[in-house]
Amino acid sequence: MKDVYPWAAIALIVLASTTGDVLLSYSMKRVGDVGELWQRRGVLAVIGRVLKTPTFALGLMVMGVAFYGLLFGLSWGNLSLVVPASAALTFVANAVAARIFLHERVGRRRWVATLLVAAGVVLMAV
Amino acid sequence: MTFRKYLVLAGITVFATAGDSLLARGMKDLGRVSLHHLSGLLLAILNPWVTAGILLLLAFFSCYMSALSWADLTYVLPATSLGYVLVALIAHFSFHEEISTTRWLGIALIAVGVGFVAAGPSVTPSRHQHALDTSPDAVSQEVKS
Repeated sequence: MKDVYPWAAIALIVLASTTGDVLLSYSMKRVGDVGELWQRRGVLAVIGRVLKTPTFALGLMVMGVAFYGLLFGLSWGNLSLVVPASAALTFVANAVAARIFLHERVGRRRWVATLLVAAGVVLMAV
Repeated sequence: MTFRKYLVLAGITVFATAGDSLLARGMKDLGRVSLHHLSGLLLAILNPWVTAGILLLLAFFSCYMSALSWADLTYVLPATSLGYVLVALIAHFSFHEEISTTRWLGIALIAVGVGFVAAGPSVTPSRHQHALDTSPDAVSQEVKS
């Protein structure tokens, strides 16, 4: 039964960090190219526009949940299980979520890259 | 992709790796935080290693948000995963830690994956992007270039 806790934490981390990444990416796409905005209007305009995007705050909060999920997971499971398992699964979950919610075109090239990196992360922890 | 954008991607990799390492170093000083004394986590920011780590993670977050403002999530995430490789190489060359064959294989897979995605386009036209493209600003830029 004890094995359930680390995996519950991993599930929570993957769910929360994927949701957070999608929300933050969505927010920043709405803000637009930050570098250009900085050059035209200055850094305060950039910060103001980012903070005014409601999904940004929501994304930050969800990322906070993911962080506490990690702390919880680390207190129950091994570092060598929790970190790579959640990182690899988050890579794959993000690719699926970005395709569905952000309408990114995840072509063959990106799928291969995502799976290679996820597999590499797992191998590095073995 | 301009040189500045590659710099931002490199910043994500380096700041995240260095920030995490400093945090881990600082948490070693504090020892294990028990679930009954979570207030210990609040005092953790007084540790100079942790403070430095948090500053670097803020730099990471700024770079990450900047990258997400002009590149796809499915581009940024794999492209910046070289941090895992960086940590292993630093551990190997500065701290002389052994790296097993499986870990070298993992390093190779990540490196190939990063190369694969970085060689492709950083942003793909999506519904949202399409709306941006039709704005007069984008059109005038396209005409200029």
